[in-house]
Amino acid sequence: MFESITKNLNEAFSAFRIGGKLTEKNIRDGLQQVRQALLEADVSYDVTKEFIDKVAEEAVGDKVLKSLDPTEQVVGIVYQELVNLMGPVDHSLAIKRNDVSVIMMVGLQGSGKTTTCGKLARLLKEQGHRPLLVAADLQRPAAIEQLRVIGEQIGVPVYSEDPKTSSPLKVCQNGVKQAKKTGDADIVILDTAGRLHVDDELMAELEAIDRKVRPDQALLVCDAMTGQDAVNSAKTFNEALEIDGVILSKMDGDTRGGAALSVKQVTGVPIKFIGVGEQLDRLEEFHPDRMASRIMGGGDLQTLMEKA
Amino acid sequence: MGWFDKLKTGLKKTKDILNTDVRDVFKPGEILDEEKLERFFADLIRTDMGVKAATAIVDELRTKHLGRTIVLDELWETIRGKLKDILTGDGETEWEIENPMSPINMAEEGPTVLLVTGVNGVGKTTSIAKLANYMHQNGKKVVLAAADTFRAAAVEQLTMWSQRIGCEIVTKESGVDPAAVAHAACQLAKEINADIVIIDTAGRLQTQTNLMDQLGKIVRVVEKQIPGAPHESLLVLDATTGQNGISQASNFSSYANCTGIVLSKLDGSAKGGIVVPIRQEMGIPVKFVGLGEQIDDFQVFNPALFVDALFDRGDVA
Ligand SMILES: Nc1nc2c(ncn2[C@@H]2O[C@H](COP(=O)(O)OP(=O)(O)OP(=O)(O)O)[C@@H](O)[C@H]2O)c(=O)[nH]1
Ligand SMILES: Nc1nc2c(ncn2[C@@H]2O[C@H](COP(=O)(O)OP(=O)(O)OP(=O)(O)O)[C@@H](O)[C@H]2O)c(=O)[nH]1
Ligand SMILES: [Mg+2]
Ligand SMILES: [Mg+2]
Repeated sequence: MFESITKNLNEAFSAFRIGGKLTEKNIRDGLQQVRQALLEADVSYDVTKEFIDKVAEEAVGDKVLKSLDPTEQVVGIVYQELVNLMGPVDHSLAIKRNDVSVIMMVGLQGSGKTTTCGKLARLLKEQGHRPLLVAADLQRPAAIEQLRVIGEQIGVPVYSEDPKTSSPLKVCQNGVKQAKKTGDADIVILDTAGRLHVDDELMAELEAIDRKVRPDQALLVCDAMTGQDAVNSAKTFNEALEIDGVILSKMDGDTRGGAALSVKQVTGVPIKFIGVGEQLDRLEEFHPDRMASRIMGGGDLQTLMEKA
Repeated sequence: MGWFDKLKTGLKKTKDILNTDVRDVFKPGEILDEEKLERFFADLIRTDMGVKAATAIVDELRTKHLGRTIVLDELWETIRGKLKDILTGDGETEWEIENPMSPINMAEEGPTVLLVTGVNGVGKTTSIAKLANYMHQNGKKVVLAAADTFRAAAVEQLTMWSQRIGCEIVTKESGVDPAAVAHAACQLAKEINADIVIIDTAGRLQTQTNLMDQLGKIVRVVEKQIPGAPHESLLVLDATTGQNGISQASNFSSYANCTGIVLSKLDGSAKGGIVVPIRQEMGIPVKFVGLGEQIDDFQVFNPALFVDALFDRGDVA
């Protein structure tokens, strides 16, 4: 249970346990341990700094100074603040009742967009919808083929055009058009090519799709192993497209996933789902409390919270 | 465009967000105080080098320069000296920056086998295409092994690259044991007297022990086919990777004995600082960098330029 933070805090506070009195300064010093843990979990520097200042304000109150176990109190406050910052939960996808809804998946290269398109299509199909996947990545070798294979695996149709004669915008427009005309699909999911947020040309291409196709949801797929740069890319994608939600992929490994907190903090956009495996059923709803405990080092916090 | 320029174009666009210039923090003539050290610590953290390495550098600055008047060149000496030591390693032969083959440990005779591994989506397949293309252009006979038989259309992806390059490729249908593909590629290489075999593997997270065991099996199979193989075991790391990169390097190393790192996607604004602690703690050197999606967006790693780019020293280029 938050072993490293708890242990380090215990060490930081130990001298004052034996007869001494806990002071404001001790707490601030102790919070250095929390800071280190957050940075090691890849929470961005600025977000960490702001966070620690906020927690410090709360933690130097009477409750902590006079409590029997200041470590637990501080950890409790940190945890609660993390949960607050990553919430509230919002798993909705703005699906329209009587019209075709369009979901656009965007993100950096290799973040997991194509796989996540498949996962989402599978989930929506299970809920009774009739999704259509649109292969708008004309760039990466075999990107269309990849989406086709995924479509086959989950029994969802894939719309594509010859990459030599089409453009990403055209594919998206025609895909949506087809869904509306035939009535075969009620949700269109656009799989766009990966791009760097510093690539002006490709970002402009995405903005054009956004402007002309007007997706109901633009979802940013973010690799959970991303480090400090997560804030920069998320910010730029959000400025260009007004992202509606974030999906955090590759959470099945041992990453602490601090990028989640950073991205939520700098964009204000809710994290909706997490990807927890390569298989197409590995998509879960996002839970801030689980994420908070993971960022702090994992484990179940219930006991601790009851004591605090 | 050289790779330092490419890095800088990436960096320039995010400068207003990043604010990484050493000169912004350390103004000549001012006194070096704790506040400035903290600001510099923040810059170091933003490169993803981690708390430990950043603390070590800041501590060195503190010991040598705290309370003194700032002389930029002296501080820079200290910072750069420390980082370059870490990244260059000691006593090792330096490779030639202009020759992409130079960091590769070639077999004394027979085909040289390169195993390429890494977590999902980092750029393994693309990096292999880049490497194969360079070798092919330089008159080497290359065989690619499409040993990612798992991910949707992974084989098609590598096949398309092999067609563009014009090199040999060995494929089997999806779901087949990857070690069997590697085995077949080694056999073909021996038959046709190829110079190089490059094995593409499926992305896997380092915590998936069954999949990691599979890598061990590939290693054993190629070893039996060709003595000394794999001659290079390259781990591809995405430059945007945070502290998890350390876990990736240490786990992949214990299954596939990594001899070098390919740092991909360095054309973005991420600095790839995670390679600093990896070099420091595990001794695995960066050998190549990826700078884009095109086949020639690839270069030999240059530690000196990398360190300069970490801090975006405008006057270095
Ligand atoms: N372990 C794990 N792997 C994932 C997850 N999501 C995607 N992947 C893998 O990550 C790799 C990249 O996924 P893609 O869906 O191709 O990523 P992409 O963003 O479409 O990539 P580009 O189109 O090239 O930009 C593949 O190997 C996927 O199987 C996840 O939640 N967990
Ligand atoms: N900007 C940029 N993109 C890159 C670079 N290297 C690879 N990519 C892109 O990253 C995405 C993933 O690359 P792949 O080569 O398919 O990665 P992989 O590691 O083989 O992926 P899996 O096999 O699914 O695990 C693709 O869209 C590539 O075009 C690079 O150096 N810079
Ligand atoms: Mg894709
Ligand atoms: Mg691949």
